[in-house]
Amino acid sequence: MIPLNRIRNFSIVAHIDHGKSTLADRLIQLTGTVQERDMKAQLLDAMDIERERGITIKANTVRIEYPAKDGETYILNLIDTPGHVDFAYEVSRSMRAVEGSLLVVDATQGVEAQTLANVYTAIDADHEIVPVLNKIDLPAAEPERVAEQIEDVIGIDASDACLISAKTGIGIPDVLEAIVKRLPPPHGGDPDAPLKAMLVDSWYDPYLGVVVLIRVMDGTIRKGDNIRMMQTGAKYGVDKLGVFRPAMQDVKELGPGEIGFFTGSIKQVRDTKVGDTITTEKKGCETPLPGFKPSVPVVFCGLFPVDSNEFEDLRDAIEKLALNDASFSYEMETSAALGFGFRCGFLGLLHLEVIRDRIEREYNIELITTAPSVIYHLYMKDGEKIDLHNPADMPDMSKVDHIEEPRIKATIMVPDDYLGDVLKLCQDRRGLQLDLTYVGGRAMAVYDLPLNEVVFDFYDRLKSVTKGYASFDYQMEGYREDNLVKMQILVNDEPVDALSMMVHRDRAEMRGRAMCEKLKDLIPRHMFKIPIQAAIGGKVIARETLSALRKDVTAKCYGGDATRKKKLLEKQKAGKKKMRQFGKVEIPQEAFISALKMDS
Amino acid sequence: MHSGNSWRVVLTENWQRGGFGLYVHWPFCAAKCPYCDFNSHVVPAVDQTRWARALASEVRRAAEETPGRVLSSIFFGGGTPSLMLPETVAVVLDAARQGWVWANDIEITLEANPSSVEAERFRGIAEAGVNRVSLGVQSLRDADLRRLGRLHDVAEAKTAIRVARETFQRVSFDLIYARQDQTLEDWRTELTEALSMGVDHLSLYQLTIEQGTAFGDRFNAGRLRGLPGEDLSADMYELTQELCGAPGLPAYEISNHARPGAESRHNLIYWRYGDWVGIGPGAHGRVTHAHQRRANEGWKQPAKWIEAAEAGTGDRQVSVIDPQNMAGEYLMMGLRIPEGIDLGVLHGWDPQIAPESAIRELEGLGLVWKTETALGVTPEGRLVLNSIVKALLP
Ligand SMILES: Nc1nc2c(ncn2[C@@H]2O[C@H](COP(=O)(O)OP(=O)(O)O)[C@@H](O)[C@H]2O)c(=O)[nH]1
Ligand SMILES: C[S@@+](CC[C@H](N)C(=O)[O-])C[C@H]1O[C@@H](n2cnc3c(N)ncnc32)[C@H](O)[C@@H]1O
Ligand code: SF4
Ligand SMILES: [Mg+2]
Repeated sequence: MIPLNRIRNFSIVAHIDHGKSTLADRLIQLTGTVQERDMKAQLLDAMDIERERGITIKANTVRIEYPAKDGETYILNLIDTPGHVDFAYEVSRSMRAVEGSLLVVDATQGVEAQTLANVYTAIDADHEIVPVLNKIDLPAAEPERVAEQIEDVIGIDASDACLISAKTGIGIPDVLEAIVKRLPPPHGGDPDAPLKAMLVDSWYDPYLGVVVLIRVMDGTIRKGDNIRMMQTGAKYGVDKLGVFRPAMQDVKELGPGEIGFFTGSIKQVRDTKVGDTITTEKKGCETPLPGFKPSVPVVFCGLFPVDSNEFEDLRDAIEKLALNDASFSYEMETSAALGFGFRCGFLGLLHLEVIRDRIEREYNIELITTAPSVIYHLYMKDGEKIDLHNPADMPDMSKVDHIEEPRIKATIMVPDDYLGDVLKLCQDRRGLQLDLTYVGGRAMAVYDLPLNEVVFDFYDRLKSVTKGYASFDYQMEGYREDNLVKMQILVNDEPVDALSMMVHRDRAEMRGRAMCEKLKDLIPRHMFKIPIQAAIGGKVIARETLSALRKDVTAKCYGGDATRKKKLLEKQKAGKKKMRQFGKVEIPQEAFISALKMDS
Repeated sequence: MHSGNSWRVVLTENWQRGGFGLYVHWPFCAAKCPYCDFNSHVVPAVDQTRWARALASEVRRAAEETPGRVLSSIFFGGGTPSLMLPETVAVVLDAARQGWVWANDIEITLEANPSSVEAERFRGIAEAGVNRVSLGVQSLRDADLRRLGRLHDVAEAKTAIRVARETFQRVSFDLIYARQDQTLEDWRTELTEALSMGVDHLSLYQLTIEQGTAFGDRFNAGRLRGLPGEDLSADMYELTQELCGAPGLPAYEISNHARPGAESRHNLIYWRYGDWVGIGPGAHGRVTHAHQRRANEGWKQPAKWIEAAEAGTGDRQVSVIDPQNMAGEYLMMGLRIPEGIDLGVLHGWDPQIAPESAIRELEGLGLVWKTETALGVTPEGRLVLNSIVKALLP
């Protein structure tokens, strides 16, 4: 058993692109954990999509052996956490599994919204924090200014921050020393006490089945043990026990303070809950670790196959993904517009995008994604309370007493120059300002915003009005009543269910008009004119008319052309099969895709 | 009695109704126009004696396969058939005269480009037997003729029209409109001028951007500017109907206008889906043989075609068109003319095509009309004919 004082468990917190993954790679490399020839950039970001987008979704971990200057060899366990707000709960769990954090800040950029959100999670978890100023190789680096900013904004001492370049390797040895010297070893922990370990994360491995990442708090886990998950009550035998270096390496036992993994015959990731407490089946511990909370989806949308023949393939893909992701929910949905599909729930927009991309890429199914929506609480006049996941299921308004919507607390950091645009955007999205402070040339605005305004392209708008210079983070804040209505879109007097949405009454006209205008451009002209309307209940609030097709005729057609021109028409007609029929109107798939992508 | 297939019975009747024609393709031009996707080739020299011999032998071969037919029209199309020597035309016509019985009022048309070189040849061509010319005037504006890559100017075209009218019984000319930067008013003046020139037949085509042409490439690259949008081209088409109606040249087909009685009988064969023999590079034919409708298609490359023709047949391919495809072609061609199509014939070939429900919907929109036996497109429907055909295809 490794003595506690020679273990250091830590995570790295950073805003996206500030160099978290690069630093992790460097630490692994410098300690010879991976042979030089096996090194590939961003070792810990495993999945393609993660690698491409530079985000980490699953917590990853690596055990590093570090011979320190004091002559001792330390075991450093790094947990690389998902940095994104969608996975805030997962982050907070990972943080509870370690005792300290490296706070990486890009010395050319300074503190950003995600830096704040993540560092506060670390502070909440009682972490010791070592500030690391990265990218000092760049001429634009201003380590002094950024150190000051860290002290001002976050309120931690940055006077002995490590100055490094994760890219060139400058300062990495200092980081390793700081981990050993400045971060605390795991607290307490009795190897002979009943087993108490935290389930940090889990994922599916095609060869091993479900792999469970754990942090041992008390007691010892050994290969062959029979364990029990305290929240779910499920029992498993420990078939394989090991650590990541970062490749799997078997160990016989893991004691207090250690981080590692085990496999049992766990079939589905769904059977494992992040934050659960693992103990032995017999003579287990009495009380579970505090803070467990099942993850709940907050953003919903419909996923439909573009080719309706692929519905079964989609079902298959969704079921497989769900096995590996407990936070993602789904149920079958039928839409007159889009046919058969699934209504899916996600932790946030990024989570939604990741799942959608994986279905499209890994399973090769082209998808139509309907406008993301949130869960509304409907308080009915008869006292019943309904959770509305899909605007299409909205009951008769006359039976609804009032509606509550989820709100968030958003933190936006932005250079002064763009502040005006950001405030206007927040105002337009029904935001309430909670705080506005300035740090150097940057402003930090804190807003109370309706989540439904944020899931609807807020992030894209923010990026565009600030030319990409703003950073944004948020946390859920609970529900509040507002004047919300269901807006329907009617094409040629037929309601198009896939396009209905919940909106604030005051914003309905604007949204309705924008949607009608957009559809007018997207729906091809027909042989008759087509009214396109937005309506609330029976009342039309916006209207456009798509005029009838005026010209579609082949000018010249003689004997020699007969076969060729007929084939052309037949091909065009076959092309219409990719359209959805609404009464007499055919709407191309493209129109749905673009209409639902609508900005502002 | 034949087998019970009703379409075979109506088939025999149909070619008789549509007439019987001969199409001869002359694949050479003096220059390639940037908008043109016809089978036309620019070559340094053409051995006309050899071509005359090959075309004539193909005519004889086709005649042997269609004994007893009465030929109602012959059409020399191109390419630029006005580049044929009068002797070449004569050799082909001689073969046709020997091959088939000619109708008394046989129509013999030749497509001519209106440059001075060709106008000089009109007399000889008329003497060879051609009684109708169709002149590719294309525009009455010099700047536009240049943009269309034409070798003639307006003055030459006018001379050619005059000479043609003195030489041939019947004269028609072609204009291409909806051109780059053309306004509605520009077209009004130009067409009015054209109508004052005293011909009784005009082909008025909206410029079509064809893939695989110079214009097509420029268009794809976004470098063909000033083309009219849907609304302007629709307005131009409607204006065309209005302007031609007054002097008595109504449309008897989407893009063809004639004084009643002066219609091109040859082209009507295509639209009535009658029988015709197609001779020459890339030419298509449709001929009913032993109750089957056969389609033939000549080799496109002139060099390949002539070698093949000399070796026995210029056809690249001969196939039998199945009833469904016949129905589709008949629908697409037949709805181009005001008389429309015979529903009995159509449904005899394919009961699935043009279902009652689709017809009723289009009727409701005022785009088609229907009687007990026939289906046709209204003047309003003409402008959206492709959509109508798509709605009616099975
Ligand atoms: N010049 C420079 N670039 C760096 C440094 N560290 C990271 N980068 C680059 O910054 C980008 C983001 O780094 P990454 O490690 O993926 O950031 P993460 O999103 O925090 O994981 C990548 O293009 C890195 O190559 C550094 O010290 N200097
Ligand atoms: C087969 S072409 C050849 C006739 C002759 N070689 C000439 O160019 O005058 C017959 C007619 O089709 C029309 N035409 C050809 N290409 C066209 C296009 N892309 N768009 C519209 N009309 C076209 C022209 O009016 C042309 O006169
Ligand atoms: S338009 Fe006429 S002249 Fe011009 S290339 Fe085509 S066939 Fe030849
Ligand atoms: Mg990363």
